[in-house]
Amino acid sequence: MKIPLFPESASNFAPDVDHLLYYLVAVSVFFTVLIFASIFYFAIRYRRRSDNELPKPIHASLVLEIAWSVIPFGLTMVMFAWGANIFFKESRPPKDAMQIYVVAKQWMWKLQHMEGQREINELHIPVGRPVKLTMTSEDAIHSFFVPAFRTKQDVVPGRYSTTWFTATKPGKYHLFCAEYCGTKHSGMTGWIYAMEPQDYQAWLSGGRSFGSLAENGEKLFQDLACGNCHKADGSGRCPSLVGLYGRSVQLADGRFVNADEAYLRESILQPNAKIVAGYQPLMPTFQGQVTEEGVLELIEYIKSLAPPPAGAGTTPAEINVNPGVATAAPSNR
Amino acid sequence: MAEQAHAPVETLALREQFDTAEQQKESSTFGMWVFLITEVMFFGGMFLAYTVYRNTYPVVFGMASTSLNAVIGALNTAVLLCSSFTMVMAVRAAQLGRRKALIWFLVLTLFLGLVFLGVKAYEWNQKFVEHHIPGAHFYFEGAAEQGPAQLFFSLYFAMTGLHALHMVVGAGILSWLLYHAARGRFTAEYMTPVDIAGLYWHFVDIIWIFLFPLLYLIDRHMR
Amino acid sequence: MNTAAIETQENYLNAGYGLKSWLLTKDHKRIAILYLITVTIFFFIGGIFASLIRIELLTPQGDLVSSETYNKLFTMHGIAMIFFFLIPSIPATLGNFFLPMMIGARDLAFPRINLLSWYLLVIGGAFALFAMLAGGVDTGWTFYTPYSTTYSNSWVIATALGIFVSGFSSILTGLNFIVTVHRMRAPGMTWFRMPLFVWANYATAVIQVLGTPVVAVTLVLVFCERVFHIGIFDPNLGGDPVLFQHMFWFYSHPAVYIMVLPAMGVISEIISVFSRKPIFGYHFVAFSSMAIAVIGFLVWGHHLFVSTQSVYAGLVFSFLSYFVAIPSAVKVFNWTATLYKGSISFATPMLYAFGFIGLFTIGGLTGLFVASLGFDVHVTDTYFVVAHFHYVMVGGTIMAFLGGLHYWWPKMTGRMYPENWAKLSAAIIFVGFNLTFFPQFILGYMGMPRRYHVYPDEFQVLHVLSTAGASILAIGYLFPMFYFMWSLRYGEVAGANPWGATGLEWKTPSPPPVHNFDEIPVVTHEAYDYSTVVGEGVEVG
Repeated sequence: MKIPLFPESASNFAPDVDHLLYYLVAVSVFFTVLIFASIFYFAIRYRRRSDNELPKPIHASLVLEIAWSVIPFGLTMVMFAWGANIFFKESRPPKDAMQIYVVAKQWMWKLQHMEGQREINELHIPVGRPVKLTMTSEDAIHSFFVPAFRTKQDVVPGRYSTTWFTATKPGKYHLFCAEYCGTKHSGMTGWIYAMEPQDYQAWLSGGRSFGSLAENGEKLFQDLACGNCHKADGSGRCPSLVGLYGRSVQLADGRFVNADEAYLRESILQPNAKIVAGYQPLMPTFQGQVTEEGVLELIEYIKSLAPPPAGAGTTPAEINVNPGVATAAPSNR
Repeated sequence: MAEQAHAPVETLALREQFDTAEQQKESSTFGMWVFLITEVMFFGGMFLAYTVYRNTYPVVFGMASTSLNAVIGALNTAVLLCSSFTMVMAVRAAQLGRRKALIWFLVLTLFLGLVFLGVKAYEWNQKFVEHHIPGAHFYFEGAAEQGPAQLFFSLYFAMTGLHALHMVVGAGILSWLLYHAARGRFTAEYMTPVDIAGLYWHFVDIIWIFLFPLLYLIDRHMR
Repeated sequence: MNTAAIETQENYLNAGYGLKSWLLTKDHKRIAILYLITVTIFFFIGGIFASLIRIELLTPQGDLVSSETYNKLFTMHGIAMIFFFLIPSIPATLGNFFLPMMIGARDLAFPRINLLSWYLLVIGGAFALFAMLAGGVDTGWTFYTPYSTTYSNSWVIATALGIFVSGFSSILTGLNFIVTVHRMRAPGMTWFRMPLFVWANYATAVIQVLGTPVVAVTLVLVFCERVFHIGIFDPNLGGDPVLFQHMFWFYSHPAVYIMVLPAMGVISEIISVFSRKPIFGYHFVAFSSMAIAVIGFLVWGHHLFVSTQSVYAGLVFSFLSYFVAIPSAVKVFNWTATLYKGSISFATPMLYAFGFIGLFTIGGLTGLFVASLGFDVHVTDTYFVVAHFHYVMVGGTIMAFLGGLHYWWPKMTGRMYPENWAKLSAAIIFVGFNLTFFPQFILGYMGMPRRYHVYPDEFQVLHVLSTAGASILAIGYLFPMFYFMWSLRYGEVAGANPWGATGLEWKTPSPPPVHNFDEIPVVTHEAYDYSTVVGEGVEVG
């Protein structure tokens, strides 16, 4: 009977974490054996042989105290640095990572590919390509945990959190929710399917055709009449959103902020938290009118609003929509 | 039940676990200081939450703070400062063994404390009338999103409420002191309860000294 | 000394019978016994929940209880064990009983506050028990928001109230200990002549006094959020759910040192007595207790590495977490060095001490694993962490508690426990414990998450091993219950100093008289000076 005792190793981080494990285990085994053996040896060698024994008191040794403080400290600093290094890498997804959006809710995972594919409790990804997950929760705190990848990130309501990995081996890997979230916490599990790139392309093309995220976002933008104020040429009461994503924005109080996903989300749900310089606080909140998925679609739409190329005579009213952002995947139309 | 006759009969000033009255007094005072440190940590948690949210929503907090009546707040601050003064006088009277003066100053301190609580009750009622009490009927005009404004008022009520609760306890302690002072329990040799009650009262005062500017005076400008 | 003599000699146990003489006592020794009964009851309540959990986890399916029930079981197991057993355990029982005696005092500084502390624990426990019986609470002992404030349909408020009230029990005990150690030491009892058990409880008291109020106010805010929906932890109202985690762990991390420092104090006492040597590096051990207390307040963020806390905060907290490990390591090395050229006895307390050192070493070393950021990302919220903290809390604190109980039993009761049964129990506990929790390290690294009611099939073998260990451990814990009770009536009568220990508590009769000392002793020796004891005619246990 084969009893698995070690998780599969299927991401770029897994070997790093496993090597750190070996170091930690080695140091621990060393000190455990040292202490156990010392106790065992001393206890037997110096066992009490008669009731009136009075050992000589040995009080202290500064040298020993320093030695067994400094040496362990040195060993632990290696643990710190090694772990910190991995953590740092985990916090910096590569710029060209494939973007996946995740919305967690009690008790399921909703995942969206840029091209529009939606998955529930499953995620298909290609091997060898960095994948970045941008995640939020609709209710309690959840946590996106893939043991085979050695990655985990809490998914918190009201904000975006990110995690990234590159799958290194095709296969099917457990996805667990790792933050207690109520009754069916242990049922909030799923699978990550890492596939060879050509299999992944095939998977992408098959199945229902969804609108891409950006296309759905455009539709939502129109349904909610955002364009009444946010005119593309900047002539409306509110700032133009063309080329906004990733830009530095000056606020009314003089601060500069980066227009990233979190800023865009906040602008939709809590518009008066930050007012752009030169504009009035006119925008109503869309909290309650837009779901978290809707927010993600709007964000993708806004990202697609690139400014028209210099010299081209585009009329202000036209907006060229570029579905998706820098992916090699064919469009799903 | 044969008591071990190793120590003198227990008195107020020298309970049986202590060797000298001096030791007892020092221990009691030290104990009260340790207790006040725990109170600092207790209020500290609230101050932390306040700091976090004021930092997140500086504009809304400024608006909400300005809507409070700073004149009344300042008046209440003066009342409490006076009560600390009368409390000091009470402690001094006890140290000198002057029973009548002790009683008078305790009465004054208690009175001022009750004035403070009365003014607080008035303020809170104002908040109710203005729909600034967090909950179903909360509405703060001037803020598009109600959440941060409600947060300010929640912290306002939580912090001033906790403070008021401590004042009520303080009033109870003062009443207890009054009762025993009237019965001649405190002398120049034994007035520790008055002493440490004074420490407690001053502490509650100092908490208010912090609360007042943090809650009432954000973004205030002299005209 | 014969039985008849024991019964006629007046001591704290027979100086007054009747419920009132116990429920209105001011005697720290009686209060310690009251606490002992209370925490033992909660230990068994928590143990019942643990047993149900382990039985459910025998199979991958959720076939014993429903998900709701399972979630309540692990929550209530944690609450009962942490707040109503571990935190009061050693300080309020052994500390209450022996701290005054060890420094030559007649009682604590504030005996009535001591009694109040016990009532607060009982009242808090009553609220928590009510919540458990009325339907239970299912938030996890950590009460993370917004689940606990917005989504849970269980008895959160009653439980929070119970913990809030019992927190004041802890604060007042800490206050009492601090003032007592500062002001009530006998003449000649300088700080550095105090037994290390006193140092340990003093350091613990500092944590209790500074940390507990913060969790109290956090619970107040949870209450306000749940009842009034003020929004402080609700993102829909502008609040921050992770703020709760910071406030909660600001106390709950130092709390684990409340749970382990007194245990380390017990071990220092036992290792010294049963090697008949002063603890090697006394000053270093004393200072390391204080260092743990202080640094322990600076590391709470290591519970928040994947919480969306900033990377830089993570770096700082990881770094500081390694600092707090060093004083613990220093203690382990000093205890081991004490054995060198000692006169080692294998009485039951010493067996528990050996067990403690071994298991605390493993538990503490695995703490280094989880303090490492990249490693913790993988194992946080898995059984790896569960194994880590059970190694230090159960393999550590509970073993020390049992060791201390055995060590001081003759002094507290005037009776010896049966040595052979005790040794057998210690062995059963050691084996059962390791079988229960070692497989959980492997489970955790494999990815088995915490708080899971159902799990994938491939984890079953390790879970079965763990449950088998738990059954053995349960038996091991039941034995002392029985033989301690048995010993009260039939145990061999113990003299004043059956172990040949130093320490002022051993200079009194067993059980001690109400006022501890007929005359307050004047201390002229260092702690652990065995030349004063050997040759006195050591009583045979």
